[in-house]
Amino acid sequence: MSRDITNVLFVGIGGQGIIRASDMLTEAAFRLGFDVKKSELHGMSQRGGSVSSDVRFGKKVLSPMVPVGMTDYLVAVSEDQIEVARPYLNDATVIVRPSDLSADDAKSRMANIAMLGVLNRYLKFPADLWETLIRENFAGPVGEANVLAFRRGANLA
Amino acid sequence: MADKKMILSGDGAIAYGAKACGVTLGAGYPGTPSTEILETLTSIGGAAQWSPNEKVALEVATGVSLGNGRALVTMKHVGLNVAADPLFTLTYMGVNGGLVIVSADDPGMVSSQNEQDNRNYAKFAQMPMLEPSSSQEAYDLTIRAFELSEKFKVPVLLRMTTRVCHSMGPVALWKEDEAFRPAPYKADATTKVMIPAYARRAHVRLIQVMRDLAAYNEASDLHTVLNPGSSELGILSSGVSVQHVLEAAPEASVLQLKMTWPLPMDAIRKFASGVKRFAVVEEGSRFLEENLRAAGIAVEGKEDVFECGELSVGRVKQLLAHDTTPPPAGAPGRPPALCPGCPHRKTFELLSDLKLTVLGDIGCYTLGVLPPFSAMDASECMGASIGMGLGLRRSLGDTPEARRVVSVIGDSTFLHSGLTGVVDMVYNKPATGHVVLLLDNGTTAMTGLQEHAATGYHLDKTPAVPIKLEDVCRALGVDHVDVVDPVGDNDGYRALLQERLASNDATVIIVRRPCLMQMKKMAKMANSTEVKK
Repeated sequence: MSRDITNVLFVGIGGQGIIRASDMLTEAAFRLGFDVKKSELHGMSQRGGSVSSDVRFGKKVLSPMVPVGMTDYLVAVSEDQIEVARPYLNDATVIVRPSDLSADDAKSRMANIAMLGVLNRYLKFPADLWETLIRENFAGPVGEANVLAFRRGANLA
Repeated sequence: MADKKMILSGDGAIAYGAKACGVTLGAGYPGTPSTEILETLTSIGGAAQWSPNEKVALEVATGVSLGNGRALVTMKHVGLNVAADPLFTLTYMGVNGGLVIVSADDPGMVSSQNEQDNRNYAKFAQMPMLEPSSSQEAYDLTIRAFELSEKFKVPVLLRMTTRVCHSMGPVALWKEDEAFRPAPYKADATTKVMIPAYARRAHVRLIQVMRDLAAYNEASDLHTVLNPGSSELGILSSGVSVQHVLEAAPEASVLQLKMTWPLPMDAIRKFASGVKRFAVVEEGSRFLEENLRAAGIAVEGKEDVFECGELSVGRVKQLLAHDTTPPPAGAPGRPPALCPGCPHRKTFELLSDLKLTVLGDIGCYTLGVLPPFSAMDASECMGASIGMGLGLRRSLGDTPEARRVVSVIGDSTFLHSGLTGVVDMVYNKPATGHVVLLLDNGTTAMTGLQEHAATGYHLDKTPAVPIKLEDVCRALGVDHVDVVDPVGDNDGYRALLQERLASNDATVIIVRRPCLMQMKKMAKMANSTEVKK
């Protein structure tokens, strides 16, 4: 059943935009006509603790949580959270990590959006859909800066 | 709105469902994972308010319903303990306008002090309970809950869990917003004033209503057999566990219950008799299992380990295989901590340095228990810091040890249920007096910066008359009410605390410094049109 589903796991720490990035992937998958579910753990985690968010999309999604060992893509906005997520990974899991970005992007507040760009090298969702979503999420110049960060991540810049 | 489809969290979906029913008022107290319901409701134009606590919220909702209005009450699971007093008599009184109570349980304790299973409240207080398994069902069942409430004249419990509240999925918003207007008010003391003579009749009525609801459930579409056909394994489940079960055991027939109290025992019995192996998969307590057994239905249950924590696809597989080995663990995650520059840090540095005995409360500042502060001895529930501090001082008698006891409570928690603790401090003052540190950061920070009665704003950002905490404490007759800035006058704070601890007086020190995140939010509000004049 899960073969028809793409499982993306976002990990990081509070304040890195994990929830925002996973919300945007959820919305993108939804607009492309997939069934999609997202599940996140936050609460006290907004105080700088570990944050994780599961996004699953495909024909029909049941459980909102990525099962152990079933992650197709891990987006680790914080390198040190990869080991926390280890049980959810498998040998074929693609890991998107800060070192995939330029040093400037990796430490920027837009690292989450740049990493969505890296992720999209694999997902291959239409770039204009992402750019629309980014502008819906961030107004004005911040939105344009995030569009550029996304493009750099996606190798489109 | 009709036929619109959008991505919503379970919490958001409840707000949209309530809005579609023309809800007269949503009331609640912030608590993870329920907080976003009323925030969403107000953001889409519904009337919603933060109450000082869940008990008041339910009482306000009772009044809305008395006036034939429709009321939504939201809280986290432990909030229903606070609201339990009105709840257990509200079910006797019944409702006029629809009244739906959302209990957001937290199996696994992502952000809670216990993982109590509030399904038990439905049986205990005698009320119907609906349990959504997805955002779509959260929307559908909110609308259904209002229908049921008005049809049977009872409050309805909409029981959520963290994974339904905080997961997102597509929701078809099929219901046009109803232009609901409450019918004219008519008093009826014989059903609404619960003196013993009337309450005895009301109890008899309530038992009959629950029988009627059981019959309704039997005949309704609120239980469905998913994957019918397999006769080898049949699984009974509800809530998000249904989704895990469908994925973990695709070969099984699954009976999903959307209304889990009163139970449709005949439908369950029929389903059980049609399969070779009949198992219950439920998160938390053995609510379904025990009630099925009591009804004489043989059922396969679970090991104790599955009473703790939340279920997942993997854990459901283990539960069905009676495999109790711990699931694989990754490296420990990073624990939450007080923000850099958080004013609470100054208090916990001081408490740690003075090696005081600290009774804590519920808020960001509970993190004072963790290193580097390690400055908390006990924390129980909202408002408990003050009572526990008074009791500990009584236990320690007139000793130097007793003089080291302080209670630490936040501003929102104080208004929620700390006031009566201060009343007790004045009324039953220990021989050594007592010291309460009221950490006033101007917001309900831990749940995400919600307004409260002392902030000067309502949930919808309109201005409110702020309650002045120092005036309240003085009016209650506290011997000393001091206000300090823990950052601006840290030395003064230390000297004052030591002086008060040395006295035999009842003291409240209001430690006032705004939350940094709240200051950011206020700056944003000032730069936008969010503040309504």
